[in-house]
Amino acid sequence: MSLLSVQDLAVARGGIRAVEGVTFAVSQGEALILRGPNGVGKTTLLRTLAGLQPPVAGTIEAEPDAIAYAAHADGLKGALSVAENLRFWARIFGRDKIDASLSAMNLTDLAERPAAHLSAGQKRRLGLARLLVTGRKVWALDEPTVSLDTASVGLFASSLRAHLAQGGAAIIATHIDLGLPEARMLDLSDLRAQPGRAARPAGFNEAFA
Amino acid sequence: MIALFARDIRLATRAGGGFGLGLGFFLILCTLVPFGVGPSGATLALIAPGILWVGALLACLLSLDRIFALDHEDGSLDLLATAPIPLEGVVVIKAAAHWITTGLPLVVAAPIFGLLLHLPAIAMPWLVAALLIGTPALSLLGAFGAALTVGLRRGGLLLSLLVLPLYIPTLLFGAEVVRRGMVDAAPLTPLAFLGAITLLSCALVPFAGAAVLRVNLR
Repeated sequence: MSLLSVQDLAVARGGIRAVEGVTFAVSQGEALILRGPNGVGKTTLLRTLAGLQPPVAGTIEAEPDAIAYAAHADGLKGALSVAENLRFWARIFGRDKIDASLSAMNLTDLAERPAAHLSAGQKRRLGLARLLVTGRKVWALDEPTVSLDTASVGLFASSLRAHLAQGGAAIIATHIDLGLPEARMLDLSDLRAQPGRAARPAGFNEAFA
Repeated sequence: MIALFARDIRLATRAGGGFGLGLGFFLILCTLVPFGVGPSGATLALIAPGILWVGALLACLLSLDRIFALDHEDGSLDLLATAPIPLEGVVVIKAAAHWITTGLPLVVAAPIFGLLLHLPAIAMPWLVAALLIGTPALSLLGAFGAALTVGLRRGGLLLSLLVLPLYIPTLLFGAEVVRRGMVDAAPLTPLAFLGAITLLSCALVPFAGAAVLRVNLR
């Protein structure tokens, strides 16, 4: 059964269509890797899937509250400790256990440290640990491995594999090789939108489109 | 939702959270005004209701842009929008946390500031009541303004310009309650209007705020 299916989707950034005609489906245990040069619309596509912006055309079919989104920014508060940050997100998603997620991302030793004092890679690991506490089935990840070292990329890849083995799915925009030979690829550069087509009605109505 | 509320309160009370900023501003205003106006008790008592309410309003305005801007910068707002709690709830909780950290301290400290401005003792309960009923409207309307300007860099100026006209009814009725309280002339009437403004913003702001947040997050 497919967890997320997308039909003939077109997405826009800043009122201009980025990619169009995107069609794919991911089922349990599947990962889809989005490729394409900078600015082609990978982030815009992921934000649309996460429900942060409406699609210009096409349909997205998924169960309600199925998608966990992780962006470039990790949503961390520097004044709170690692454990407090993670516990907050766990409670927002209606859960309370964070120990497993901390150890999966090798953060147990840093649990009491304020997030402001973490390195960029450690912050990223905390951002990824947040995904584990959401308990959602489909991960929409925007360049999850930025500023991670090789060992942490391996850590992330094994968490991802565990997530897929438990019946989850993932859509990942990335430029590096995650070591997931079974993952499918979708190259967005072939789906670049034709120039000249407006995405939404211009002017006042834009806000309500 | 409780988690979000607890987090916002905790962030506000930690270093750099801005707790007490409004209170400090209020204190500065109320100590400077007597120096500027002169020490005549009668003059001070005359302008005290207006000064106290303008002070509360500006103190509230001072921290408004933090309501959503900080969460937008670090990406939390995107993540909250995709979380299972409704965005309307996020707006209410954020406004409530703002009120607890800026409005409530003002309410508690208001009698002391009233004393600095020679406010007659008979008006003190009315000052506290008016602030208690009126300041939630300031936080709620401010949350709407903050939601409207969340994506803008240095949106503070625009935010102030947008929110100030919305604050005027609260200011009018709030100061009127204290003024009538001083001469014991039916302060309940403006107090009822003040309550109506707060209830109206309670009913409208969550939906309006969530709608503009959705547009801004696109």
